Amino acid sequence: MSDPLDLGGRVAVVTGASRGIGAAIARVLASHGANLIISGFQNSDRLTSFAAELAAEHGVSVEVHTGHIAEPSTSSALAKIAFSKYRRLDIWVNNAGILKDGLIGMVPDADINETLGVNLAGVLHGTQAAARLMQRAQSGSIVNLTSIIGRVGNTGQLVYGASKAGVIGATLSAAKELAPQSIRVNAVAPGFIDTDMVRQLPADKYDERLQSIGMGRIGTPQEIADAVLFLASDLSRYVTGQVIGVDGGMVI
Amino acid sequence: MEEKIDKIFKDVIGAGPEVDRAILVYGEIPGWDSVAHMALVAALEQEFDCMLDMDDILDMSSYAKSIEIMKKYV
Repeated sequence: MSDPLDLGGRVAVVTGASRGIGAAIARVLASHGANLIISGFQNSDRLTSFAAELAAEHGVSVEVHTGHIAEPSTSSALAKIAFSKYRRLDIWVNNAGILKDGLIGMVPDADINETLGVNLAGVLHGTQAAARLMQRAQSGSIVNLTSIIGRVGNTGQLVYGASKAGVIGATLSAAKELAPQSIRVNAVAPGFIDTDMVRQLPADKYDERLQSIGMGRIGTPQEIADAVLFLASDLSRYVTGQVIGVDGGMVI
Repeated sequence: MEEKIDKIFKDVIGAGPEVDRAILVYGEIPGWDSVAHMALVAALEQEFDCMLDMDDILDMSSYAKSIEIMKKYV
């Protein structure tokens, strides 16, 4: 019997792949044989050396594109790389995201626009670009990264929560529209994960978050990547329109 | 190129050569709705082995416009 986690010969796009959860996702997909197109906004050098590392370690092809994910042209460019190099696209992971906390009444317009642009519009652009290529083969898996905050909300996260709740709405709508074409759309909702993003937190806030986790520890990017692997692979071939929490039993 | 596009319009929109090309307008001729439009785009991309820009997909509002746009990709 073939391995349902085998992604050999498949083509995957991962946005925001230069570090943290995105890098872990890129690594796990490559380790299962997927050829990758990875994107990032900054750190072009880091992205290029990461691509070379993945290609050497796993014997897959890894293309790199840098661009602002809030701009539709970035998703379009990623899809065009998939088309021109492979004539196919099997997996698209909308991972790129930013976090800017702020209490209500004190959030600058620029933060609202930037957060909604990257976290939500980026997912919408990515979904449109991915669906067009996947429609050719009448198959594919789109995985969106949302957050526990998008499901239950949190103080100081008005805009972040709105953007991530929007990702859930987009996931559910896209899943319904694309199901007849056997294109699956799901989301992963991480809890408190050990990335640069959470290391910005003051020590007391960090401890407070840890205490809200049933399993009593922070999650790892690898644990998010494993859930994405499940959704990207044939192991989840009959799963669509779902939001999988990967949060160790966190309660906010 | 036009022959191939004509065949796609016949297959997807149901508009054979007997239909006046001037009335082939998106949303006006029966059979060319949003669902058919995406099928038309997919068929054009398949036939000409290309990937249309989003702006071109939205601009492709008539037979004449389709010919004009596809010239960029062949």
